[in-house]
Amino acid sequence: MKNYDSEKHVKGESQFVDDLLTPAGLLHIIVFASTVAHAKILKIDYSEALNSIGVAGIITSKDIPGENQIGGIIQDEPLLAEEYVHFIGQPIALVVADTILHAKDASVKIKIEFEKLHVITDPREAFQKGELIMSPRIFASGDVDSTWLKCDYVIEGTAESGGQEHLYLETQGAFAYPLETGGIRIISSTQGPTQVQRASAKVLGLPMNKVEVDVTRIGGGFGGKEDQASTWGCIAALAAWKLNKPVKIILSRQDDMRMTGKRHPYSSDFKIGLSSAGKVLAYEVTFYQNAGASADLSPAVLDRTLFHAVNSYYVPNVKATAISCRTNLPPNTAFRGFGGPQGMFVMEAALYKASEVMGIEYRKLQELNLITEGDTFYYGQTIENSTIQRCWQETNTKYDVDSIQERIEDFNRNNKLFKKGFSLMPVCFGISFTNTFMNQASALVHVYSDGSISVSTGAIEMGQGVNMKIRQTVASVFSVDIELVKIESTNTTRAANTSPTAASAGADMNGKAAEIASNIILEKLLNVAAQKLNVKNNSSITLKDGYVYLNSTPELSWFQLVQAAFQSRTNLSSQAQYAVPGIYFDRTINKGKPFAYYAIGTAIIEVTLDCLRGIYEFDSVKVVHDYGKSFSFVVDRGQTEGAIIQGLGWMTIEEIIYNKDGKLITDALSTYKVPDIHFTPKEIEIEFLENVKNDAGIKGSKAIGEPPLMYGIGAFFAILNAMKAFNPDKEYKLSAPITPEKVLCELYPENVNSLV
Amino acid sequence: MLKTISFICNDKEINTDIHPATTVLDFLRKTLFLTGTKEGCREGDCGACTVIVGELSGNELKYKTVNSCLLPIGSVNGKHVVSIEGLNVKGLSPVQLAMVEEGGTQCGFCTPGFIISLSAYFLNNKKYNADEAIESLDGNICRCTGHTAIKRAAVRSVEYFNSQKGKTLVSAGLLPSFFSDIPERLKTLITKIHTNGDGEIINKYQIGGGTDLFVQKWEDIYKSDVNFINSNELDEKIKISGNECMINASATVTDIMNSEIMNIHFPDIKKYFSLFGSLPIRNRATLGGNIVNASPIADMTNFFLALNSKLYIIDGNSMLSMKKSPSAREVLLKDFYLGYKTLDKKPEEIISQLSFRIPSANSYFSFEKVSRRTYLDIASVNSSMSIETENDIITDIHVSAGGVAPIPLYLSKTGNFLLNKNIENKIISEAVRIALSEISPITDARGSVLYKKTLLRQLIFAHFLKLFPLIVKYEELV
Repeated sequence: MKNYDSEKHVKGESQFVDDLLTPAGLLHIIVFASTVAHAKILKIDYSEALNSIGVAGIITSKDIPGENQIGGIIQDEPLLAEEYVHFIGQPIALVVADTILHAKDASVKIKIEFEKLHVITDPREAFQKGELIMSPRIFASGDVDSTWLKCDYVIEGTAESGGQEHLYLETQGAFAYPLETGGIRIISSTQGPTQVQRASAKVLGLPMNKVEVDVTRIGGGFGGKEDQASTWGCIAALAAWKLNKPVKIILSRQDDMRMTGKRHPYSSDFKIGLSSAGKVLAYEVTFYQNAGASADLSPAVLDRTLFHAVNSYYVPNVKATAISCRTNLPPNTAFRGFGGPQGMFVMEAALYKASEVMGIEYRKLQELNLITEGDTFYYGQTIENSTIQRCWQETNTKYDVDSIQERIEDFNRNNKLFKKGFSLMPVCFGISFTNTFMNQASALVHVYSDGSISVSTGAIEMGQGVNMKIRQTVASVFSVDIELVKIESTNTTRAANTSPTAASAGADMNGKAAEIASNIILEKLLNVAAQKLNVKNNSSITLKDGYVYLNSTPELSWFQLVQAAFQSRTNLSSQAQYAVPGIYFDRTINKGKPFAYYAIGTAIIEVTLDCLRGIYEFDSVKVVHDYGKSFSFVVDRGQTEGAIIQGLGWMTIEEIIYNKDGKLITDALSTYKVPDIHFTPKEIEIEFLENVKNDAGIKGSKAIGEPPLMYGIGAFFAILNAMKAFNPDKEYKLSAPITPEKVLCELYPENVNSLV
Repeated sequence: MLKTISFICNDKEINTDIHPATTVLDFLRKTLFLTGTKEGCREGDCGACTVIVGELSGNELKYKTVNSCLLPIGSVNGKHVVSIEGLNVKGLSPVQLAMVEEGGTQCGFCTPGFIISLSAYFLNNKKYNADEAIESLDGNICRCTGHTAIKRAAVRSVEYFNSQKGKTLVSAGLLPSFFSDIPERLKTLITKIHTNGDGEIINKYQIGGGTDLFVQKWEDIYKSDVNFINSNELDEKIKISGNECMINASATVTDIMNSEIMNIHFPDIKKYFSLFGSLPIRNRATLGGNIVNASPIADMTNFFLALNSKLYIIDGNSMLSMKKSPSAREVLLKDFYLGYKTLDKKPEEIISQLSFRIPSANSYFSFEKVSRRTYLDIASVNSSMSIETENDIITDIHVSAGGVAPIPLYLSKTGNFLLNKNIENKIISEAVRIALSEISPITDARGSVLYKKTLLRQLIFAHFLKLFPLIVKYEELV
C-alpha cells in the first residue's frame, strides 16, 4: 500500500492551507515582532502604521478578549508581548491589511523603543544565573558514587549537540473565519488540532465548543507543528474575531525560521566508569537543555532525554540529571526524536571516548554493553521481546562488518588525503507519550447506506502514511475494498480531546481507535446477517472480500448487508476511544513502565572524508530494523530513509547559529543547509527484521516515525573515525554538528593558529 | 516598461497588464488560482515553485526549469509557462507513477516541483541516463524522503523512457497533447507582441536573470519601473574572435557550461559550474548579473577573474535610442570592483560582453569551491587559478579568491610572486603566505575568519596538487 495522498500530490492537487479558495474580503497578517532578544518595551507608536494604505487594524495584547496565554505545559508564554520581550521574533502586534504587501508596508511604520536587558543564549550561563524553566530532574538507579572506585576506568568529558530547524516545506500558517453561531473556524497547519482549539478558546475567552479546528493535511511537521502551530492558529483566530472578517496568516520562510523554535541544543557533561573488560558499570550525565524563552514542550523533551540517556545499553548504576535552561531564544520545541537523540548522543560520545582511552574498539564496547532480554532500565521498565541483540547481530553478519573494516583500513593505508570511517549505531526508542494521560485517541466511523465508509480520527496526515494505515485497518475489519474507505479531515467536532500526532504513536493509537469503532459496527452487521440468513448466532458468519459468508458460502454482498442493516434501523455509526493499556509512570520516584514497547534496530554508516578540503560524502547507510509486522514496505522504508537523512543532517551540515545578541544568523535556506539530493548517501540498504510481531502496535506493526532518525548519530562517529585515520594522535572534540568548518579546523589546529 | 504581457500558460493564452515584476509564482497562485505550484522559500533554494519555461529559438522550442519565485512575469512575455497542472494527463504520467510507486512523495508539498524538474529532464534531453536525471533535481529539496526514493523514481523513469524510443513524449504519456501546438501558437503570439512594441527607457532596475535581485529586493522592484534585458536565443552568446573568447553578458550559467567552445578549453567546466546554484538558477542567472551583483563569493566572477577577463561596458540609453550597439568602454574585471558592492560603472551603463584570452596548450586551469553543503550552496571560500608553464617555470598566472574580502578578489601579489618562479613545494607554501596577507575575511554564516584562512590555504594547495601531482607533495607543503 502506498501513501493515501500520493496520487493527488504528484498532480499538484493536494491542498494545503494557503491553497484553499478563500472568501472575498480576506485579510492578511504580518506579525510585528521584537528585533531585540531581551528588553522592556518603553513606547510603541502605531499611529502612522494605522493610517497606512489597506490596513484593517493593528491588534495588540490589549485586544485579547480572553487570556493572553498559550503555554501548554507551563503557563509562561503570552501570545503577544506585553511589557517585556524575551527573544528576537517574539510577536508584539498583528498588522492586518487587505494584502500582504500593504501589511508589510504598514509594519515598518510602527515605531518602538526598547530598554535593552542582558541577553542569555548559552544554557550553562542560564543555569548559573538560576534561569530555569523548572527544577532539575534526576533519574537514577543503583549508586554511581560508590561505583567509581570499583571501575578500572573512569572517563569524563563534555559533549555538545546543536539545534535543528524543522524546515517543513510548508511554513506555519492558519486561516480563520467567524461563524454565525458566535464561534470561529480555524483551518490550521497543525499536528495538534486540539492544542490549537484549546489555546484559541482561551485567548478568545470562548468555550471550546465554539472553536472548530480542521486539518486536511500538513506539508511536513517533524514536531515543529506539535505545539508551535498554536501561536499562528490563535493569531489568525484573534484577528478574525476582532475584525469579524476572514483572516489568513502564512509565515514567510524567514519569519518562520526566526520566530519559531527548533530542536533543543544540549550541552552535557558525562562521567562513565568501566571494567577493564569493557563493561559499563556506572554512568553519570548532566544535560543542560537550551529551552529558549519559555517552556513550550521543553519539560516533556527533557523527560525523553532522561529515558534515553543510555540508549540500547544496560548500565547498572545510572544518575542522569536534566536541567531545562531559560535563554533569550525562540522557545525550542518538539523535533522528531523529542530529546531522545540528544540523550543517546552523549552516551555514544562517552562510549567513544572510553574506547579511545581503553584502546578497545568502539563497536566492541557498544556490543559488550547491549541490554539483554529481561534486563531492567534505570527507570524501572524491563525489556521484553527485545530484538536489540538480534538486530545488532544480523547487521554484523548480513553486512559483514569485519570485511567493511578491512576494506576501510586498506583504503586508508593507500590514500593520504582521503580517509574513510564507519560506525555502528544501535537504537532503542520507547513508544508512547511519556506523559501517560496523552496515550489516548478516538475515532468516529460511519458506514453509509451505499456501503461506503467514512473515518474520522485525531490523526494528522503529514506524509507519514497514517491515513493509509488507518484506511487499511478499517477496510480489513469489514473485509471490503479499500476504495470504499475514506479518511476525513481531522476536525475537532468529530474527534475531540485529541493528542497531537506525535511520539510516533499516531497510527498505533488512532488506528486502534478506528479498529474498535469498526468492530462495534461489524458486530451489529454480523447480527443483521444472522437474522437475514436465519441462523441463531453470528459465529458461523464471516465477511470476506466484500461478501457475507455463511460457513463457506457467499450469501450476501457487502452492499446488500448494509442495506439490510439500514432498513432494520441498525446504528451504522460508531465512536470509540483507545487508551494504551498497561503503561504508568510514578513521577515521585521516576519509576514505572512508561512505554508500550520499544522500536529497535542497528545501522552502519560509512563516510569518505576529503582531508584536504574538510568535506565528506556518505558512502552508505545499512540497517537492520525491527518493524514488527510491517503494514507497508513503501511507507515504512520511506519513513526510515527520511528519518536517517534528517539525522545525518542534524549531525553534520545543519547548523543553527545565533549571535551573542540572540539574532539568528542562519535564517534562510541560503545559510541553513539541509540535505539535498547530492548529500544523500550513495547507498541505503534497509533490512526488515524477519519473524517479529508486536501486539501493542496496530495490526502487529511498530511505530516508525522517529526511531530511525537516531541512526544518524553514527555519522558523527564515522567522521571522527575518518579524522582519526588521518591524524591518529589527535583528540577530537565531541561537538555536533560536525560541519566541514569544524572538520578542517580540527584537522589543522596548529597551522590554523599561525594563520591568524 | 512593459504594458501588456502575453504568454501561454499550460494550454491557455494569457494577456495581462499586471506589473511586470510580479513573480510568476504569485501570478499562477493568486491570479490564475493554479495552486499546484508551491511557495517554500521565495529565494530559489527549495524548488517547490519550479516551473518549465519554453522559448522559441528559431523553429525549435526549448524548455528550461526555472524558480517561479524569482521569475518576473515580464520575462515570460512570448513564452510558454508550464506548471504542474499543465503536465497532468489522464491518469498518471510515467514520472508521476514512478514517484508514487517508489514512495517519492510523503507530505506532498515539494512534490510538484520534483515532478516538474524530472519531467523537464525528459523534455530537454534526447538521451537519458540515471545520473543526469538525478542531477536535474539538484534544485529541489525534499525534507521528508531524504531523496532516496526520489532517486529511485528518477531511475525508474529513465528506464521507462529508454524503453519508449521513437515515441514522442505525448505518445509516451509524459505530456498532454496540447504541447504539439505550442510552437505554432507561440509564433503567432510573438508576432502580436512585436506589433504592439514596448516603449523602453532605462528604468531603475535592469533585470537579466534576477536570481539574486528578486531574493534581495523584490518588493522594491515591484514598486519601480523595470526593464528586461532580453537576449535573443538565436544570438551566438559565446564565440571566438581572434585569440579571444567573447561571451555576452546575457549568457546564462547553463549557456556557458554547455558551450562547445568552453568545454574544449575547460574540460572540467561542467563539473565546476554544476557547483553554482541549481539547475533552475543556472538556467536564469546571467554572467552580467553575476558580475554586477558584486557578491564577494560570486562563483562565475571568481572563475573569470582567474582568466584575467576584460569587460565591455556600454551606455544603456544610447543603445536603446540608436537601436544598435554603441561603442564600448573596456575595463579589466579585476579593476571593476572598487569596494563592497561598489563598481566602476555608472547607473546607465550596462555590461555587454566579457572576453578572455584563449588558454594556450601549456596552460592549466583549476577551480575549487568549498561550502557547507557541496551543491546549491554559497561558497565559504572559492578560488580559481589559471597557470601557464614552460619547463616547470610559471610563465603566466592568475589567482582569484572569493569569500575572503569585500569584493570578488584577484590575488595580484600572489600571482606576481609566482610569476617566473619554478613550481616547488616551498614556493607554493610561500605563495600561500602571501595570499593570506592579501585577504580580509570576516566571520559570518559561512564560517569564521580562521576557517576561511585555513580553507583558502587548502584550496591553493589543491590547485597545485591537482595540476602538478608529480612535483607537488602534500607533506612538504604543510
